[in-house]
Amino acid sequence: MPEFLQFAFSGLTVGAVYALVALGFTLIYNASDVINFAQGEFVMLGGMTTVFLGLAGVPLPLAACLAIVATVAVGLALHRFAIEPARGAGAVVLIIITIGASIFLRGAAQVAFDKRFHSLPPWIGGDAIRVGGATILPQSLVVLGGAVVIVVLLWAFIERTLIGKAMVATAANELAARLVGIDTRRIVGLSFAISAAIGAVAGILITPITLTSYDVGTLLALKGFAAAMLGGIGSAVGAVVGGLLLGLLEAFAAGYVSSQYKDAVAFLVILIVLLAIPRGLFGRASVERV
Amino acid sequence: MPAYAKTVAAAIALCIAGATGQASAQVKVGAVLSITGPASFLGDPEKKTLEIYVDDINAKGGVNGQKLQLVAYDDGADANAARTFATRLVEEDKVVAMVGGTTTGATLAMIPLFEEAQIPFISLAGAIQIIEPVRKWVFKTPHTDKMACEKIFADLKQRNLTTVALISGTDAFGKSMRDQCVAVAPKAGITVAHEEAYGPRDSDMTPQLTNIKGKTGVQAVINPGFGQGPAIVTRNYRQLDITLPFYQSHGVASKQFIDLAGPAADGVRLPAAALLVAEKLPDSDPQKPVVVAYTRTYQQKTGQPVSTFGGHAYDGLMIFVEAAKRAGSFDKAKVRDEIEKTKNFIGTGGVVNMSPTDRLGLDLSAFRMLEIKGGDWTLVQ
Repeated sequence: MPEFLQFAFSGLTVGAVYALVALGFTLIYNASDVINFAQGEFVMLGGMTTVFLGLAGVPLPLAACLAIVATVAVGLALHRFAIEPARGAGAVVLIIITIGASIFLRGAAQVAFDKRFHSLPPWIGGDAIRVGGATILPQSLVVLGGAVVIVVLLWAFIERTLIGKAMVATAANELAARLVGIDTRRIVGLSFAISAAIGAVAGILITPITLTSYDVGTLLALKGFAAAMLGGIGSAVGAVVGGLLLGLLEAFAAGYVSSQYKDAVAFLVILIVLLAIPRGLFGRASVERV
Repeated sequence: MPAYAKTVAAAIALCIAGATGQASAQVKVGAVLSITGPASFLGDPEKKTLEIYVDDINAKGGVNGQKLQLVAYDDGADANAARTFATRLVEEDKVVAMVGGTTTGATLAMIPLFEEAQIPFISLAGAIQIIEPVRKWVFKTPHTDKMACEKIFADLKQRNLTTVALISGTDAFGKSMRDQCVAVAPKAGITVAHEEAYGPRDSDMTPQLTNIKGKTGVQAVINPGFGQGPAIVTRNYRQLDITLPFYQSHGVASKQFIDLAGPAADGVRLPAAALLVAEKLPDSDPQKPVVVAYTRTYQQKTGQPVSTFGGHAYDGLMIFVEAAKRAGSFDKAKVRDEIEKTKNFIGTGGVVNMSPTDRLGLDLSAFRMLEIKGGDWTLVQ
């Protein structure tokens, strides 16, 4: 029993990060049908920028805020300079553009930062908390709590504000949204900005546990994408559930089956989802009216 | 001007360029290092050390009257990239020797190239497969993983512990050291009760450590691996409150490991070169002058604390330079013969005595058992 709990805690912690990355994917996909493979880089930028600002002497809370602002700026630049000009192109072209952007950001991070691994001090220090024979780090609770806060804030934004409604409208039908006067370009830009902010926060929260370096984005983006597919791309609830589920599956596979193939779990999930349930757990079946 | 004047002028310019190119020919020494990626805290000090000491040697007049030129490439701990750069070193840069190969995987990938091109290759990687079977052109400076296992087992016997669990990285060095430990254990009277593994880029090893914690009878845990993985394993180890003695390999012999692992690193033991405790060595120790001099130079020029990895690069370069001086030329076969004849070379890793059957030249006394206390290395007596 204690082992099961321990695996579950470890899975939920990492799963929370996957959930936030998957949320970023979903937001952008909903607003613009683009799958943004640079999502992982937003997480990397959040963590690395905070570390380097901290090393330069900026107090950490301020460094974290500045890092989020910087990542949002990168997200907006990505939209403005890479996605916007190719607006009319097909989905595959846009995906390739985001992969190119991810490679560019990784290269820029190597030069701007450095190539080593870095850590951040945990927000709540102290020893691990003992629950039912297993231990959980206080920082894991911070990560889970942070994920919950972000999901709630996002929900409030979408449901309760006008701009949020405009985003839903753009996702439902872009042409109709434009006809009622919504500036869909701004909405798509906003979706990039919010995704970047979510990614940056995820990066800042998880760095005290998993360390960060210039190339953590690649694997994170792939796993976040697997989580989004599992939950059903286009569904926010699906993204969160998919992320947590993927984290748990990885932890249980590592603990009960073989720790050597932990990374393979995410890719197996993508394969199974695409073959068996292509719309994921919460995705809606797409209906075409003829 | 006649039509052919420009052509003639260009031809003359090319000839002059070619001639001056010949006159300033430098002797090129190649290095393929893992400056970025998961092995960056090995490759980065290696590169800095090679640069500092090549400049130092050139400032003192070079070797055999010629200056050395370091040609360094970054393989990012990717064996395929390493092989590509090695090909470039052999065919385009035409190096006379190679001091590099930060990781075991990269080294093993490059060995066939240097054997075929007949260029001396001094590797900076850990696994014993690099020098066993003995290959004509390959040498190495770091202690082998087999020696690390033997040293750790000897320390365990001294503490009356006989049952261990292994948690190894799946990189070439981690796998190799795990294989060596399993092979050497019966002779040393140690039983390996349980094994786990993790990928070099994994960020959470609590599931594996939970399994180890749950296994009854385990008295100590050994973590073969290098880079980021052991730092996370160490942090997870303390998080799970495992109080059993914990041993790392010499793959973490750098302050960066202590920085990354934080207070969790206290109490961890590892076999490492005397370089890490340079100032704390007794004055009678033959290595003390060399390691203290290297420590001071490295820290002054880079502002960073020393690591054994930079030390291995220093040893590799100096062994090559001494051999070239004895050979009196840079003829690859003669230099190789002289490297093989290295005797009583006092390096940062130990006292080196090479032979046709021993391409490392170190014995177990070159390894010291260290313990991390209060964020610093201490000698275990």
